[in-house]
Amino acid sequence: MAINPKIVVVGGGLAGLAAVIKVAEMGGQVDLFSIVPVKRSHSVCAQGGINAAKNLKGEGDSTWQHFDDTVYGGDFLANQPPVKGMCDAAPGIIDLLDRMGVPFNRTAEGLLDFRRFGGTLFNRTAFAGATTGQQLLYALDEQVRRYESEGKVRKFEHWEFLSAVLDGNQVCRGICAMDLRTMEVRTFPADAVIIATGGNGMIFGKSTNSVVCTGSAQSALYQQGAFYANGEFIQVHPTAIPGEDKLRLMSESARGEGGRVWVPKQPGDKRDPQSIPANERWYFLEEWYPKYGNLVPRDVATRAIFKVVYEHNLGIDGQPMVYLDLTHIDRKVLDRKLEGILEIYEKFVGDDPRDVPMKIFPGMHYTMGGLWVDFNQQTNIKGLYAAGECEYQYHGANRLGANSLVSCIYGGFMSGPNAVKYARSQQTSTDDVSSSVFEAEQRRQEEFNDLLINNPGNENPFQIWRELGAVMTKNCTVIRYNKNLQETDGKLVELLQRFRNVNLSDKSMWANTSFVFTRQLYNMLQLSRVIAQGAYLRNESRGAHYKPDFPDRDDQNFLKTTKAYFAPDADEPRFEFEPVDTSLIPPRPRRYDAAT
Amino acid sequence: MADNKTVLIKVKRQKDPKSAPYWEEFELQFRSGMNVISALMDVALNPVTRTGQATTAIAYDSNCLEEVCGSCAMLINGRTRMACSALIDNLEQPVAIEPFTKFPVIRDLQVDRSVLFENLKRVKAWVPVDGTYDLGSGPRLSPQEQEEAYPLSRCISCCCCMEACPQFNENTGFVGAAAISQVRLFNTHPTGKALKTERLRALMGDGGIHECGYAQNCVEVCPKDIPLTTSIAEVGGQVMVQAFKDLFRK
Repeated sequence: MAINPKIVVVGGGLAGLAAVIKVAEMGGQVDLFSIVPVKRSHSVCAQGGINAAKNLKGEGDSTWQHFDDTVYGGDFLANQPPVKGMCDAAPGIIDLLDRMGVPFNRTAEGLLDFRRFGGTLFNRTAFAGATTGQQLLYALDEQVRRYESEGKVRKFEHWEFLSAVLDGNQVCRGICAMDLRTMEVRTFPADAVIIATGGNGMIFGKSTNSVVCTGSAQSALYQQGAFYANGEFIQVHPTAIPGEDKLRLMSESARGEGGRVWVPKQPGDKRDPQSIPANERWYFLEEWYPKYGNLVPRDVATRAIFKVVYEHNLGIDGQPMVYLDLTHIDRKVLDRKLEGILEIYEKFVGDDPRDVPMKIFPGMHYTMGGLWVDFNQQTNIKGLYAAGECEYQYHGANRLGANSLVSCIYGGFMSGPNAVKYARSQQTSTDDVSSSVFEAEQRRQEEFNDLLINNPGNENPFQIWRELGAVMTKNCTVIRYNKNLQETDGKLVELLQRFRNVNLSDKSMWANTSFVFTRQLYNMLQLSRVIAQGAYLRNESRGAHYKPDFPDRDDQNFLKTTKAYFAPDADEPRFEFEPVDTSLIPPRPRRYDAAT
Repeated sequence: MADNKTVLIKVKRQKDPKSAPYWEEFELQFRSGMNVISALMDVALNPVTRTGQATTAIAYDSNCLEEVCGSCAMLINGRTRMACSALIDNLEQPVAIEPFTKFPVIRDLQVDRSVLFENLKRVKAWVPVDGTYDLGSGPRLSPQEQEEAYPLSRCISCCCCMEACPQFNENTGFVGAAAISQVRLFNTHPTGKALKTERLRALMGDGGIHECGYAQNCVEVCPKDIPLTTSIAEVGGQVMVQAFKDLFRK
């Protein structure tokens, strides 16, 4: 039994840092691994805010209402007890962040200000301008730096997680990681490991995600025996700015502050948008969803935009784009509450959204699916925990806006103490585990590296990646057909075949970024099959998963968690299904278009 | 420029920290909306120089690609800036891309900027909370106080201000504008100011705030428009007062 257990945390975004803080506070020793300096993690990109039912607007909001909105928004696919736990904890989390110095926007009285987000009728979202994720990440980063300076946390930045070290009983005893500069492969023993490695947007080529969001760590663990749950649930954000290198998020808070989505009623209308009179504009979300208007959940808004663009052929100037309009809102209000995102639009598009409606289109944004965890955040591998976007637990079939930050922090706050408790309860400490276990894992990874670096093939990994992104975006995002999903899996098998012939133009063993990327690519390909096949198997429509051939939710057959596991001999996923815990809120039809 | 069918870039490369730098030129297909990052991605897809020589993908740091993570700072046509927000359309060609000069080169455009994070430790850039258990809400702040703190808190640690600063070099060991501005931020916070004295003392002595030569380059290059010179002036005043107090306490 270790009084001050050694806990490895992989990933330095909100979930990872939240876990680190709890572990350090409980007396654990932390080794924190991150590909990038933790302050540059993808959590910085979260814009609009963080949900908590503080009820500071006299609306009668409650944590139960937050819980109900979250479960309903997720189309009843989430196990309910942990979601309730998160919503109950959210107000306390906001208080803590406030104490840590997050510059949340304030009311005249000096209290926290709240705004509305999608999928709710309450002003429940606390925010720091339009860079809330950045501000929360910095607050946690600062606390971790404080622990680091006290010697309680060791940071391994510019290190890439390769695999877990599992002993003969499939118990996690540490990790194997690679220094991204020296390319040295090393194992790190730990009494428990927490994975907080974020999303997998890079699988889709272009998304709103950061470059490090490959899902590589989750995939490596899935290939080592961890269950991967609900992989087919991929959130496509309705409002992103199309770009050459990525799709840049245009926060839901733009609509929370009154932004309106519209297209010209006349197809191919070439007029300057400001000169189009109100009666010649189609505010389709407001028309179709009078109660929620522009603030329907993301899956609903995204499908509506697709319908307008592809069925009504009303995209702006015939292009796949619609207007997101803020020009009717007072400039001072915009600057105070949305400056960060307006600046992004200005810098990357060149127009000022205070004067000109923005042109936006849906873009892949978030994975609801992830590593399967129990209510204590532990995966099916003992000693291996997961928190944040890399696990599946809180958002069901569709995540509500501003729930990701709270789920990251809550998941981190749950996983940290649970990992410490687990470590303290163990009879055999990791110190007693034979060194051969660690050596074997290190050898396995080094052999893969050798194979890759010396491979004599002729395939360019970046080309394989472009093809992966194209096929996944086309067939595994907004609208899904079984025929296309089957074709996608065929394509993935082909890409995996071609991967065997991959050739690295750069064979050096110093800061070799294309080598590192190629390693990630292999894991992306394996995980993509979980997404495509999971989508194929689910013959219903639920939340973000929409099949025109099966347009309704089918609780009889699919009110179930998809659990994928890797079959090493067949080199492909297998699936089983687990009932969903709906013990607190009975499932009901999800109808945002209803007037009441 | 938009009519050009191709884009010409030249990249200053370096295999590792010890080897000598060299330049390579690339001619790429132009696409509208292209930025420096997408140009570097195109090189990775087809690593061949302008003269047809096979080469390797260029090593560079990047992550969010929307100018909020602070990763992709480099010199572009001689200016310190973020590569993601550097749109090719607005740049003179050939676009010269170089690593920062005041930080150790790792490889190609990657440099080691960990000195900033060390400086943030040195100035204790955090709010000393008692713990993460439930202690109720934080201190009340007026909207005016929030509006003053928020811009300072948007520093992305890109280190542009340090690269551009004539005083930031090995001789002075100057801590740089970013860390000083964080001192201002935390000294203003109702709980954060508990460590004010320690922060100010950390800015005295070698590499401290007095090294600032008022060149004002920092504020000009900051991609987040942080009022860095105001921060330096204000913290400079605080340090003076502290030094005076310390003098009389001895």
